[in-house]
Parts: sequence; C-alpha cells; structure tokens
Amino acid sequence: MRRIMVGVKRVVDYNVRIRVKPDNSGVITEGVKMSLNPFDEIALEEALRIKERGLADEVLAVSIGPADTQQQLRTALAMGADRAVLVQADAVVGPLSVARIFHKLIEKEQPFLVLVGKQAIDDDNGQTAQMLAGIWDRPQAVSCSKVEIADGRATVTREVDTGLEVLEIDLPAVLSVDLRLNEPRYVKLPDIMKAKKKPLDTLALADFGVGDTPAFTTVKVEPPPQRQKGVMVKDVAELVDALKKKGLV
Amino acid sequence: MSKILVIAEHDGARLNPSTLKCVSCAAKIPGAAIDVLVLATDSSAVAAQAAAITGVGKVLAADNPANAEGLAAVLAPQVAKLAADYTHVFGPSTTFGKDLMPRVAALLGVGQVSDVMSVEGPHRFKRPVYAGNAVLTLDVPAGDKVVATVRVASFEAAATGGSAAITKVDPGVALPTHTRFVSRSGASTGRPDLQSASRVVAGGRALGSADGFKLIFSLADKLGAAVGASRAAVDAGYIQNDLQIGQTGKIIAPELYIGVGISGAIQHMTGIKDARTIVAINKDGEAPIFEAADIGLVGDLFSIVPELEKQLG
Repeated sequence: MRRIMVGVKRVVDYNVRIRVKPDNSGVITEGVKMSLNPFDEIALEEALRIKERGLADEVLAVSIGPADTQQQLRTALAMGADRAVLVQADAVVGPLSVARIFHKLIEKEQPFLVLVGKQAIDDDNGQTAQMLAGIWDRPQAVSCSKVEIADGRATVTREVDTGLEVLEIDLPAVLSVDLRLNEPRYVKLPDIMKAKKKPLDTLALADFGVGDTPAFTTVKVEPPPQRQKGVMVKDVAELVDALKKKGLV
Repeated sequence: MSKILVIAEHDGARLNPSTLKCVSCAAKIPGAAIDVLVLATDSSAVAAQAAAITGVGKVLAADNPANAEGLAAVLAPQVAKLAADYTHVFGPSTTFGKDLMPRVAALLGVGQVSDVMSVEGPHRFKRPVYAGNAVLTLDVPAGDKVVATVRVASFEAAATGGSAAITKVDPGVALPTHTRFVSRSGASTGRPDLQSASRVVAGGRALGSADGFKLIFSLADKLGAAVGASRAAVDAGYIQNDLQIGQTGKIIAPELYIGVGISGAIQHMTGIKDARTIVAINKDGEAPIFEAADIGLVGDLFSIVPELEKQLG
C-alpha cells in the first residue's frame, strides 16, 4: 500500500477577527468558527493529486486535537482522503509533541510521504515538518511550491527568501507546503454524504506515551500594540513633504 | 551565565545581515557570552565578517564540502552536536533559519521558540501569534536549552568593528546524503525581496489589470522598493501569488509601506501592521486601511501615482 499521510490542524477560521481573552490567558475560541488550517488544505490537495496521478493508493489524514476536530477530519474525508485518524487531546499539543506522535503513527502506517502545511495560522510556529523529519531522520523540504514524485525520489521546489530552491530527496520524506503549490478543491454535497461512511478512528493521546506537558509555559497573551492615528494629506506635494519629514525619501 | 550560539546565515561569501540581528537579540540577554557558528565549505571569508561583529566572543568555523548549500538536514546534526556547551542556540527567522532551527531543536529533544520579537529574560520571550494579532509571552523551562528563531524585523543590526578569534571546529557527526541540492534561482523581478525589503509598494484590485500594475512597479523602482499585492489583486490575476501580502501570504515589516488601491481587508492588514510607516492611497476615504495608515491620501491612484513618482525627483 503506497500511503501518503497528511497532518491537518483545526484552527480558528482565517476570516475571524482574533480577540484576546480579558484575563490574558489566550485568545477567545468559544463560539468562533473553526476550520482546517488553510496550508494543511493545500497539503491534502497535493496528496489527492498525487494519488489521482496513480502514484499513491491511499491518503490518510491525521490530526491531534479535541473531539470536535472530527468536523475538520470529515472535511478532509469529503475532499477525498480515504481514511482519518484523530489523536484526541484536550489541551494544546505543541509542535515537538505533535512530531513525536506523528512519528509513532508513521511507524504504524509506513507512509512513503508525509505532507503538512508550512505553518498553522493560529500559533504560527512552522515547526512540525522539520521536527518530524529530524526525529524520523529523513529528508525535509519546507515551503514547497512544486512536488514531483518518481523512482522513490521527490524533486521539490521550495520558496526561499532569495527565490526558488530545487532539492532532490529520497523517500520517505516530510514536506511542508506553501501557498503557491495548488488551489484546494471545493467540497461538493455528495462528497460530504460519502465522507460520513469513511473510516475515522479516534486514538487516545495517552496511548502514545508522549505526554501532554507543553514545551513552554504561557505567561500571557496580549493584543498587539495599537498604531497611533495617522494624518490625512490633501495632495501629492503634502504627501512628499510628510515622507521627507519622516526621513523616508 | 547564558552562553549563546548564533548560527550564521550566508551564501558562502557574504554574511547575511540577519546574523547581525540575531547577535543584537542575543545581546539583550544580560551578561550573555555570544559565539557565532559558520558552517561552510570554506568558511574563511564569512568567518572574518562574523568575527567583526561587536559583542561576539569567538567564531566557530566548521568547514565541510557537504555544507555548501546550507541544507537543513546536513547542518542540523552538526549544530546539535556543537550546541552541547551552550545554553541558547539562535538562528534568524528567515527561510534559512525556519528550515534549520526546528530540526536542531528536535534533535536536542527540546521545543523551539519561533519569531522572537522581544527578550524578557534568559528564558522568557515574546513572539507574535495569529499573524501578529496577538503577542504571546512564554517561558522556556529553566533547565532546557533555548532554541529560537529571531524575528529579524524586530532587532537592529549589531555594530561591527570587533575582532573575535576564529576557531576551526569539527563536529565529527555522520551527515546524511538523502537530501541533494539541485538548483537555486533568484527572484525574477530583479527587485528587492518582499519579505526583507525596507520599502514596499503594494497594489490592490483598484489597479484594474495586470497592465495597471505597471504603475506599482514603476513607483517601486523609483523608490528602490519591493512590490507586493493584496489577495484581491492576486485572485484577479493581476500579479503572481508569491507577492501576496497578508495572513496567508507574506508578513512584512518594512520601514515604509505604500498601499495603492488597497481597501485594507483584515487578512491584508495583519501582513503589514508591523511596517514602521504605512502610507495609503485610495479613492474611498472610508476604506479601512486609513484607520491604520500613518499618512493617508484620498484620490484617484491613476493620477496620484505618476505625480508622486515625478515629485520624488
């Protein structure tokens, strides 16, 4: 079985305006729309396309999170994943623990490729792929914008600050995907119905022996500093003056 | 006392300015001893530049042909090994550091702090979450090694003029061959990189067409600025995706941002709100971007932008 494992995360929807809790313990997530992390959707789409090209037999979506994460995994199944696994955890699980849990799932599932988004849009850590590849002692390619699979190898194009970098890596490997890789498909109603019949297994965090002690302690979460109200200028000459006064031109 | 190892970013010949930002960040930890590690094929040129950074105690130079392209899978085991004598390991929050540092942390069995924007103590840091819509203060456990990426936009470059000693080191670890470099191509625009540029001119849907976007390119070239775009402009096909600024695109923090014909949707604003000065040009005086702008000008961009370019001389 040529299997691709895709890590997906339940996050606050990208259209929600983030509000910090009054006690500074975190951000408000109660009653807020939750979605699949957009970068993970791109990872899943790529896995589905690789399967549709006949290069994989099964796409497995895995997530770590509270019981409600089943909703996001159902979305993943509706998009086309064959199967889903939820490792249920009520507390926040940080990237190092996620990588350790994924590594245990890899030992069981034996995927030839693991795909994740380059970062989750909640904690913005951007670490899971790299940590998993390090623990697994396998290649990593971060921020991929193109992926080609052939002969037990992947040729990947990565987005780097100076442009694009192409790597050739042996499989199995871990890839994190960037925005430009593809545009995820829309889920159609019949697919949602079909997804209800697909297997979704729930496993307990305790079975992984990883523990849920976070790597770091949250001291506080605050809103960002507010910007000072600016000035309106009436024409280009005033604009240029204002820029000159600030030493910007 | 804190002993901090800064991982140098370079292209084989020149030290990247991000390393000077990392040293500045490290220097915020009181009494810290700061060393810089250069991993290269031949480190001599870069090590000499690192040795000149004020505040650096010594430069460790690890030469190996395998280090030529700075591959994370190759560098990480060497960094993890050499980190043994240090309390902190810092790298830049550039694509180089973001690739490398989490792998280093995993090999060391510790978490990694992403995008340090402020040092509050040897083990306490601030970092942005939710695309900068919230700021998290966190503690790394006292006994743990601190592995972190430094948000380069948050720190000034360290001064130069020092002359630290350069020591050759050999990590003596097996390096993988499963990851091979093929090629690298520069940004095709020939303009400054959007993520690290000190000036950015961004256009929105109001430009109306790919042709209309030429106004943005022209103004950007006048200012020596990078070009960016709103998601609306990208979705409309006026400009390529990799120039998108915002929550699902690039988060930027230039000295000067000029938004032209951009209304200021929340996804876009999260990408620009760390800019030092925000200038907004829009025909709709009610556009939300004006609430965040330092300087706003209401009017027709098709006459304002050419006029601005002219008046800039």
